[in-house]
Amino acid sequence: MKPAAFAYTAASTLEDALRELAAAPEESHVLAGGQSLVLEMNHRAVRPTRLVDINTVPHLGLLQTDDAPDDGARLRVGPLVRHRAFEQPVDEGPLGRLLALAAHCLAHPPIRARGTMLGSLAYAHPTAEWPTLAVTLGAELDLRSVLGHRTLAAEEFLAGPFTTALAPGEMLTEARFPVLPSATGVAFLEHRPTAAGFAVLSVAVALRVADGTVVDARIGLAGAAPRPVRAPAAEGLLTGRPPTDEAITEAAAASAETVADPPADPPAGIPFRQHAVRVLTQRALHRARDDLTERT
Amino acid sequence: MRITLTVNGEERRLDVEPRRTLADALREDCGLTGTHLGCEHGACGACTVQVDGTAVRGCLLFAVQCDGSTVRTVEGLAAADGTPHPLQTAFSHEHALQCGFCSPGFLMLTAAALDEDPAVADDPDRLRELLASNLCRCTGYAAIRRAVRRAAGSGGTEPPAG
Repeated sequence: MKPAAFAYTAASTLEDALRELAAAPEESHVLAGGQSLVLEMNHRAVRPTRLVDINTVPHLGLLQTDDAPDDGARLRVGPLVRHRAFEQPVDEGPLGRLLALAAHCLAHPPIRARGTMLGSLAYAHPTAEWPTLAVTLGAELDLRSVLGHRTLAAEEFLAGPFTTALAPGEMLTEARFPVLPSATGVAFLEHRPTAAGFAVLSVAVALRVADGTVVDARIGLAGAAPRPVRAPAAEGLLTGRPPTDEAITEAAAASAETVADPPADPPAGIPFRQHAVRVLTQRALHRARDDLTERT
Repeated sequence: MRITLTVNGEERRLDVEPRRTLADALREDCGLTGTHLGCEHGACGACTVQVDGTAVRGCLLFAVQCDGSTVRTVEGLAAADGTPHPLQTAFSHEHALQCGFCSPGFLMLTAAALDEDPAVADDPDRLRELLASNLCRCTGYAAIRRAVRRAAGSGGTEPPAG
């Protein structure tokens, strides 16, 4: 199908883009990579009457690590950083590895050449890779409009399937991921029936270990709830213990309890999702432990 | 809107509606019907063309976004004297097509990938990831894999499994 008619503006600066959005906030949409937006427009599932193209704005491809004044380094990601930028690790540590694992699960090379991380966060598909990692790692997101600027945790930003905290006229201008300490093992696994389409479920894991004991466990699940969530009970079972097979098995079983009100599409019942979450979490925790031992 | 594209080396001045996708602009406004449209939502890859050297979905990009860009389609793959591109020769040798509907997309996808890094043909995992971008309902992909390897000079046979 073909999209409905719309007016097109190529923005020259970020301020210009925000002004254009503010001119008709309810009818306008930011066009970045367009790899979800344009297909939704082709289906006429969304019908913005104005598109504000930001591909013409210079300096939106920021991708760099900054030391935050108070608590450690952050990877800063601008609105025009394409998925493919993460295929090779963007830093030498576990964050770069984890982002690369997810990047290779994400669609396929031509889509990754155009689509953007911030676009994927704004689209908020319930099992998309970047929202899952943003929640797992506690990323911060900057939202900007002509009225001002605010920062939200990814958890607050993602409200549900295809639903975010973005108000009309606002756009995402930066995502910041905390850089993971080197003694962190990471894994990312998906369950998907075919290479095409989105995953039914995915699990992201970051296990930080000191002196043989887990000091920070992060387990993020997509496809378990209306939006990506962490599995606090499972994380609690791992923290303060060595990452033994037994601890991993217990944590994986606890992760299945996170399943509640999962997305309707693709169809998969709650018992199946619980089972699959347990199996995937167990595998991911083993992989994260292996990732750590391979590097220390 | 008035835009200018350089398509297969030729400058094209077009007047298109913003909603015109690049694939439709190539087919309808440039008369280059070698670019095929299958699903029109980015899944099948039949419309894959190169924009400034990168393989992209022609159905998920508006022509107005490509103003000033260089576009290469399957019609621009052969040399000016008509000599087929090595991938076209290899697709023929290895029977990497049957109905041919997906071939333009596969050719533009794999030509861009080999231009960027010919070593992709020698890495079974990377080659699988690349070819999973597009759909072919006829060949089962094995012949397409062989063709890409042949065109890259890696021979048409499969590397050992694992």
